[in-house]
Amino acid sequence: MLETLTSFWAEYGDLLITGTRDTLVMTGVSTLFAYLIGLPIGVLLNITQPHGIWPQKWVNRILGWIVNIGRSIPFIILIVMLLEFTKLIVGTKMGVRGAIPPLVISAAPFIARMVETSLAEVDAGVVEAAQSMGATRFQIVWKVYLPEAKPSLILGASISLITILGYTAIAGAIGAGGLGYLAVSYGYQRFTPSVMWATVVFIVVLVQVIQSVFSWLSAKMDKRLR
Amino acid sequence: MSQSIIQIQHLNKTFGTGESAVHALEDINLDIRSGEIFGIIGLSGAGKSTLVRCMNLLERPTSGSVIVDGQDMTKLNTKELNKARKSISMIFQSFNLLMQRNALDNICFPLELMGVGRAKAVKKARELLKLVGLEAREKAYPAQMSGGQKQRVAIARALATDPKVLLCDEATSALDPTTTASILELLKELNQKLGVTVVVITHQMNVIEEICHRVAILDGGVVAEAGRVSDIFANPQSDIGRQFVYPDGAKISQLPVGRVIRVVFNGGSSYEPLIASLAIDCGVKVNILGADTRNIEGKAFGSMLLGLPESPVETAKALQYLQRQSDISVEEVNSHA
Repeated sequence: MLETLTSFWAEYGDLLITGTRDTLVMTGVSTLFAYLIGLPIGVLLNITQPHGIWPQKWVNRILGWIVNIGRSIPFIILIVMLLEFTKLIVGTKMGVRGAIPPLVISAAPFIARMVETSLAEVDAGVVEAAQSMGATRFQIVWKVYLPEAKPSLILGASISLITILGYTAIAGAIGAGGLGYLAVSYGYQRFTPSVMWATVVFIVVLVQVIQSVFSWLSAKMDKRLR
Repeated sequence: MSQSIIQIQHLNKTFGTGESAVHALEDINLDIRSGEIFGIIGLSGAGKSTLVRCMNLLERPTSGSVIVDGQDMTKLNTKELNKARKSISMIFQSFNLLMQRNALDNICFPLELMGVGRAKAVKKARELLKLVGLEAREKAYPAQMSGGQKQRVAIARALATDPKVLLCDEATSALDPTTTASILELLKELNQKLGVTVVVITHQMNVIEEICHRVAILDGGVVAEAGRVSDIFANPQSDIGRQFVYPDGAKISQLPVGRVIRVVFNGGSSYEPLIASLAIDCGVKVNILGADTRNIEGKAFGSMLLGLPESPVETAKALQYLQRQSDISVEEVNSHA
């Protein structure tokens, strides 16, 4: 048993490590950029609601439409749709870099909705209190909504990361590299199911680690739980 | 008396339009004077929360003017309004503290909004914590504090910008009677010490009775009556006023007795047989016309309406006896209301 594992690792260990690294890079970088787009949109979605701190019917509707459209396009189709755009942005349609633009575009609307939901959990009374003190809209977002929603935003980030991790596997299947690519190319095309199973184990471990770390972080930061 | 700090003139507030329009407030006129504690009482839905939100323009009046400290709030632009709001603070029934900030940082919050430096803000916040009696709890988060402590922090936070007016929206409604009493005591003390004008919104008559100088009774979006608290207690003019002042809203004119007094229990021992003692010790036969009393942890709260015999001697005896009791206040009620 041990011998089998050792020889398996000798043969595929480097591949798995590179795959894991690629997956982590794609996930991390895409999540970061997706938040840069999704977070402001999520904030806007919340504050432009009819009862928000900046009611703007049309801004809210148009953003809502964009987000819904973005969320309804299946990721695998989005990759193909964006091929030229991807090349323009990162210079290649392939590999780890090529996977990032479609990942960002597909995750940003999802993140916007998550952020909107997290902010909706902030007690309207606290926002009213800030307004009664003469807080500007920017101050309410920056000093009330975001800090008060922080534990929820962090939990949301773990969901985003894990979702994007799943998407990287899809991107990998059509040539982006990473663990998804390994699983498909070795497990399916080269009939080496052991490599596929190994990638599954790696992905499960990654998901567990991400979830545990973020849950811990969220609970640690949440001053309501004392 | 002193000059007015809040003048509300012909204020109307309508929610919605057309057939579904709700007239929350209709032609409200109020004049709140600098340094007083002014109460606004009403049943739920009477419009009192809307009225108080019109004072700092959290709700924009449909028409009419709200003049706070000489400025018509309805005419200010956003920037001017935000500035004006620093001098008219508010506390709430649900405290509305920032849950992710500790007591000290909650009090620093309005100062941060104004751009006051951290060191200066912390110094001010510590002074305020001391003022509300919570200096030992500066690091505590709202989730670690009792309701009364949270409201103290909220009061300290409201005072951080040295406001001229403190609006209290049902500030004691979520608190138990003992804590309510201590918060009311604090508000009274702050009113005297700092000279801050306090506007109290409540549905509890005892809150008005305990701390307010003057009161407006709101009913169905209009001011049913307004005036000095003692006058309204002695002689309520409106039906809603009688409902608040007398237990069960009794109508005095319909009562077949000569003199009527109102006895208020402010938390004395409920084990003292007051009415029986009155009859036995003074030999005065009293008639209980109405009562609305509660026994909370062995303490009596509420009020009772007693009918006394016509004889002035016996009435005087009874009044004297009652006035000697602690935690009870007595007043004669005008029977020609």
